[in-house]
Amino acid sequence: MSSEHVTSAESYQGTTPVVPNEAEKPAGFSPSESADPTLDYTVAHGRAKAFYEHYERKDELQHQTHYCPGCGHGTVHKMLARAIDDLGVQDRTILVGPVGCSVFTYYYFDVGNVQAAHGRAPAVATAMKRSRPNSIVISYQGDGDLSAIGSAEILHAANRGENITVIFVNNAIYSMTGGQCAPTTLLGQKSTTTPDGRSAATEGYPLHVSELLSTLEAPVYIERVALGDNKQVAQASRAIKRALENQVRGLGFSLIEVLSPCPTIWKMTPVDAQRWVHDVMEKTFPLGVFCDRTKERTPQPHALESSAAPGTLPKAAPTLADIPGILGVAEENLPEGNAHAVVSEHDIDLQVRIAGFGGQGVLLLGEVLAEAGLDAGLEVSWLPSYGPEMRSGTSNCCVRIESETIDSPLVNSPNVLVAMNEPSLRKFDKSVRPGGWVIYNGDEFPANCARDDVHVLALPFTHLADELGDTRASNMVMLGALLEITGVLPQASIDAALRRLVKNPRWVELDERAMARGRELYKESLLGGVKCVPMAIQT
Amino acid sequence: MRKQLMKGNEAIVKSAILSGCRAFYGYPITPASEIAEAAAVFMPKAGGVYVQAESEVAAINMLYGGASAGIRAMTASSGPGISLMQEGISYMAGAELPCVIADITRGGPGLGNIAAEQGDYHQVVKGGGHGNYRTIVLAPHSVQEMADLTALAFELADRYRNPVVILADGFVGQMMEPVAFPQKAIGSSMPPWAVAGTAETRPNMINSLHMDVDDLERHVRALEAKYKIAEQREARAEEWCTADAEIVLVGYGIVGRILKAVTAEARANGLKVGVLRPITLYPFPVVQFQRLAFNARAFLVVEMSNGQLVEDVKLALNGSRPVEFLSRVGGNVPSHEEVLNFVHGLARRTVDEERMANV
Repeated sequence: MSSEHVTSAESYQGTTPVVPNEAEKPAGFSPSESADPTLDYTVAHGRAKAFYEHYERKDELQHQTHYCPGCGHGTVHKMLARAIDDLGVQDRTILVGPVGCSVFTYYYFDVGNVQAAHGRAPAVATAMKRSRPNSIVISYQGDGDLSAIGSAEILHAANRGENITVIFVNNAIYSMTGGQCAPTTLLGQKSTTTPDGRSAATEGYPLHVSELLSTLEAPVYIERVALGDNKQVAQASRAIKRALENQVRGLGFSLIEVLSPCPTIWKMTPVDAQRWVHDVMEKTFPLGVFCDRTKERTPQPHALESSAAPGTLPKAAPTLADIPGILGVAEENLPEGNAHAVVSEHDIDLQVRIAGFGGQGVLLLGEVLAEAGLDAGLEVSWLPSYGPEMRSGTSNCCVRIESETIDSPLVNSPNVLVAMNEPSLRKFDKSVRPGGWVIYNGDEFPANCARDDVHVLALPFTHLADELGDTRASNMVMLGALLEITGVLPQASIDAALRRLVKNPRWVELDERAMARGRELYKESLLGGVKCVPMAIQT
Repeated sequence: MRKQLMKGNEAIVKSAILSGCRAFYGYPITPASEIAEAAAVFMPKAGGVYVQAESEVAAINMLYGGASAGIRAMTASSGPGISLMQEGISYMAGAELPCVIADITRGGPGLGNIAAEQGDYHQVVKGGGHGNYRTIVLAPHSVQEMADLTALAFELADRYRNPVVILADGFVGQMMEPVAFPQKAIGSSMPPWAVAGTAETRPNMINSLHMDVDDLERHVRALEAKYKIAEQREARAEEWCTADAEIVLVGYGIVGRILKAVTAEARANGLKVGVLRPITLYPFPVVQFQRLAFNARAFLVVEMSNGQLVEDVKLALNGSRPVEFLSRVGGNVPSHEEVLNFVHGLARRTVDEERMANV
């Protein structure tokens, strides 16, 4: 094991002396101008306005954070709070907190606070920013949260280029749960779940989140910084402010990865832990800017309270009065009910099953029938078989057209079966009600399907459609025959339905000819001596 | 009011937008995908947000974010996707966030199949996520109810600050029926608790974490009290020919439709049969069950699952009447004949038992 993989404080000897240097102090660490005289301790540094004065959401010790001495979170919190102050966005800021040591961000930040489920902060942040584009949304996450359980959420938020800022605090371990191995744990680093040190053979390699996300096209700014010494802290502070500023300018997704010490779990003194960040972590996770597209992107002011996908200009939302029209449910846009109401002395009870191969127009045939029924002032239902979009799949649907309220849309015993191919006939022929009809697309009816208690119209409808100029009209030829047989629906309703469902006038014309041909074929078959009774009378 | 022919799945989206919903986060799954597809078309046109999430896990957490921002928001999925959402549903119930989730159920367990089944009853009605919470569950049985109950779902979600699930089977989602939208389009105002990135909402916090045990107990008790109010006020059921019913058929969703057809036939055969169709599965319409138990000799629960609804019926009746059970699973649907035969058998047995008791 090389020295860079050693983690215990006893064996680690730092090489870089950490000497506070006044010149290196970044903005945000200036001495306080007004210490609170009521407190029995001294405030060494000024409090950012984006922090609460007292941490009242904490149960006790409301003057201090819950973070351990030497923990990086306190430093990162302060840099983030300063950036919020400097950019003047405190009122607009929404901080989405993670699960992990920084679960209590809402104790400290005087901004809108939302606590998210483990790893899901980027998804939560996505929705908040999309719906409230004027807000400044920060997803604050640790390395277990972001790079393990939340790896999908961060990847896709970055890939969508959400205009959010992600602060990613990487301490190479699960700290809050007591020091288990994280995706970011260094090779050889001991944890409670890698007691002999992380091995590439069994735990894989440390995950390089910044490098990984930099391969995407959408992110605008990705930088890895560290808290290894004051110089690095200063750089981290600048990076965090820049990432936030990118969002304020509407540039897009920014992520700052911060290599951060965890003295408690690493079992080091705060000073050694800081040195370890500088001397060891950095070797696995090199610092630097991995992605910077700030100059390529056009700044977008998000002052408008309107929703828009990232990269598009916000549009003004329509008025409520416009909504029904947009949805196509405004009264004036709808077909007139009972447009061609049928008057019948008999109760109408038409139950149709239409079956065939996918692509034969099974569902459309049923839809035209149902639309026409509605136009004729009748009760209707249309129920498709649905399935995966697969080659040579079968398709069928049930249509009910009735005078009375339809109890169930299911059709167990149709009084008309439209079978567009032989497998469909064989599947459903037994279900047809005695006295009902089978309209079959085939030269001749298979002998072993023959029933003496149903009527049959078997014709090569596909071939007949070919003669009309398009095979695809065979469903409409069969519909024509069905309409002539049942005699329930007025032609005007069929015409209205067809025009609602078929937009191309060429197809409307062809379909009308096809239906007329279907009607003729049925009449011709009557002359040929086929026994039949129109359905409307049968009921 | 003019009606138009529309799929149940599409009716959900149109009703949602009319109800002020302005955000949809989804992930494709049969037989619920039309909901996402319709949302992708109409949500942006209505000035709302549509995001196709990377998973149902992300989708439900986007819902958490949208709801936190004070937006009326929804998602839709089917069994396997709803399983993945359970974590987020628990968080939303814990953080008291309103939202609407449509579950257009399919066959299970596992990948099961894509046919209509009702096996999601337990995971949705009893809450498949962790912790002490409930979700309000509405069960439409027609396209018109898909529209009407979606509007109600948004209302209840806001009133109780709680997730509301529309539990519909693949049939109700996929079928087309005439539907009307008599309601005016409404907007939604900013809830006082939302976190919306404004000065007024800056002090607000959305959170489900309560480290202190007493604090969490208070929170859970407060949720319970809220659910109790919902139980008293929001239970809904449809009664069909129940005035003189001696045998009460019980089923929700598409089964409710089948039971109505069976009732017509059974009554034509001289049997006093009626239907009690729960519209809210939580809160369960316990009072309606107890009221019908005065006249009914027996209840027959029909479900497209392996005995999930029947448990709630038994709890509601608390042993006061016999509860019979007929189930089909795997995507098979109980046929009229199958149910009718069962009803005839049940009627004979009930009469025999009565005769025996009188001897």
